[in-house]
Amino acid sequence: MEITDKLLSMVYALVAFAIVVGGILFLASLYERRGGRKVAWWFIAPTLLLLAVALVYPALRTVYVSFFDSSGAAFVGLDNYSTVFTSPDQLVVLRNTVLWTLVTPFVATGIGLIYAILVDGAKGESVAKGLVFLPMAISLVGASIIWKFVYDFRDPAAGTAKNPVEQIGLLNQIFTWLGGSPHNFLLNSPGNTFWLILVMIWIQAGFAMTILSASIKAISADIVEAARLDGVSALEMFRYVTFPAIRPAVVVVLTTIAIACLKVFDIVRTMTGGQFKTSVVANEFYTQTFSAANQGLGAALAVILFILVVPIIVYNVRQLRASEAR
Amino acid sequence: MTGTTPLPRAAAGTTADVDVEGAVPTSTRPAPSAAASAKKRLTRPWASLFAVILAVVWTTPTLGLLVTSFRPEADIKDTGWWTVLTNPDFTLDNYQTVLQTGTSTSLTPFFINSIVITIPAVVAPILLACLAAYAFAWTDFRGKNVLFVAVFALQVVPIQVTLLPLLTLYVDLGISGTFWAIWISHTAFGLPLAVFLLHNFMREIPGELIEAARVDGAGHVTIFFRMMLPMLKPALAAFGIYQFLWVWNDLLVALTFAGPGAATAPMTKALFDLAGTRGTAWYLLSAGAFVSMVVPVIVFLALQRYFVRGLLAGSVKG
Repeated sequence: MEITDKLLSMVYALVAFAIVVGGILFLASLYERRGGRKVAWWFIAPTLLLLAVALVYPALRTVYVSFFDSSGAAFVGLDNYSTVFTSPDQLVVLRNTVLWTLVTPFVATGIGLIYAILVDGAKGESVAKGLVFLPMAISLVGASIIWKFVYDFRDPAAGTAKNPVEQIGLLNQIFTWLGGSPHNFLLNSPGNTFWLILVMIWIQAGFAMTILSASIKAISADIVEAARLDGVSALEMFRYVTFPAIRPAVVVVLTTIAIACLKVFDIVRTMTGGQFKTSVVANEFYTQTFSAANQGLGAALAVILFILVVPIIVYNVRQLRASEAR
Repeated sequence: MTGTTPLPRAAAGTTADVDVEGAVPTSTRPAPSAAASAKKRLTRPWASLFAVILAVVWTTPTLGLLVTSFRPEADIKDTGWWTVLTNPDFTLDNYQTVLQTGTSTSLTPFFINSIVITIPAVVAPILLACLAAYAFAWTDFRGKNVLFVAVFALQVVPIQVTLLPLLTLYVDLGISGTFWAIWISHTAFGLPLAVFLLHNFMREIPGELIEAARVDGAGHVTIFFRMMLPMLKPALAAFGIYQFLWVWNDLLVALTFAGPGAATAPMTKALFDLAGTRGTAWYLLSAGAFVSMVVPVIVFLALQRYFVRGLLAGSVKG
């Protein structure tokens, strides 16, 4: 397709869509003028229809398929689920997902919190925050490429004494400068999972920093002033004033990052493709479903992902409710 | 992009604990905050030094790739990007290679695809959600609460759960690999958050206003256009930016539903493929990555305020 054709098809789609919505509104107003009372159904029907077809039905279908074998022909009960929890390969996947979900939230939130406190009220605060927050705006694929370049490895054995191999990845160059030898970071398990997690920390610290910074600024100046008059130290101020006030926000940030880590896909897919024992549940789902043609196992992994996410979200919502009720 | 978590009230900016408005650096702050005074007691130079180090560490990886994208291909292969300090040599060749049309290394068709995918995938859920949110917020019908909770709850469904059955459905409908498959998917995945966000915002509008208009004989359609839409601008902006960045940066939906080659695949998929097949072609990867990043970064810088708000509210999506 030529560029103009594509742009035209986009315009057609927008027009078609406008006609549909306009038509619904027109019919609804006609219906209302005739004294029809339940005009609300006209408004929510498109949304409900789309959600039913594109979310609810596929989700139920996936649950159903998870009880069948790789081709979806024979019923196998809970076999796919027991595979996830017993096969050595799948246990590595689960282990990695647990690592991601435990390590990233605390490290990213810690860094974000420290940074938010350090730059609070400082000169150039908004620029300083922008620099750390910017990774949130770019795609995970872009972030993965940025970091793959940082981790790039050149085998020193390929060079000669006269013409030595130079590292072009920053991290290996730093290792070399410090007198070490270069590593192939993405190849060796389990270290490679930590190098992948570092990318997520790089992204999520900005999110944590932004939310916590907003929360810190919302603390009443009176309380701070009173504490200061009492002559508290910096650490006491943090422990007895700042932290209690921002605790709900910290919990929200932690759980939010944990959810993002449970679902992490792009980073693993782009940087290693899940090879070298770096796969996680969301990536393994994709591999099993679309590459290994094992839709039963893929469906089971998707359902497990769903089941893992729900309790964290429920906890998160309850935390929010509790903090609102105070 | 990340998922975030439902902040029922924060979406409308009313939770004191997580005041989203406060995320914007304000120039008129009445008194130093707790953190500021806590910090003052730390040895100030050390605190500043640490902040600067963090900022440098956070920026260097991006800077490295940015510098690389302007270096000649041969240099990139042989020496690290930091050598430009002693041996500066820059070129625009890499950008020319990825932007020129009609060659095998061109990323332009994918860039166009990203645009063609993103605009309808942002507009459609906004329009549909406006209608639904209005009905949920300001009309009465049987089963309203149950339905609203159901739509709200759908935010938590990870999109992985839907992918394979959806793909089968698209194949049956004959739209697999077309833009329609991608548009429909993004619209459906974005709808629960959009309805939720807009609903919260609409509830903030005083009921008396609506009642008065009803008494004056205005129908729901009139109220929707004359009163609701103008007041909804901040919420629409928040969701619009969130959805824009989500769609533009998405990889999973693109991998699953986009057609082969450059037919409908967006930039993210092109870069992903490039990283997989030509993982050492840094002259292409670096320039391509920055071409794809420049759009969201501009959107982010221009509309940061709304973005933070949408980010917070956009919790569990996907």
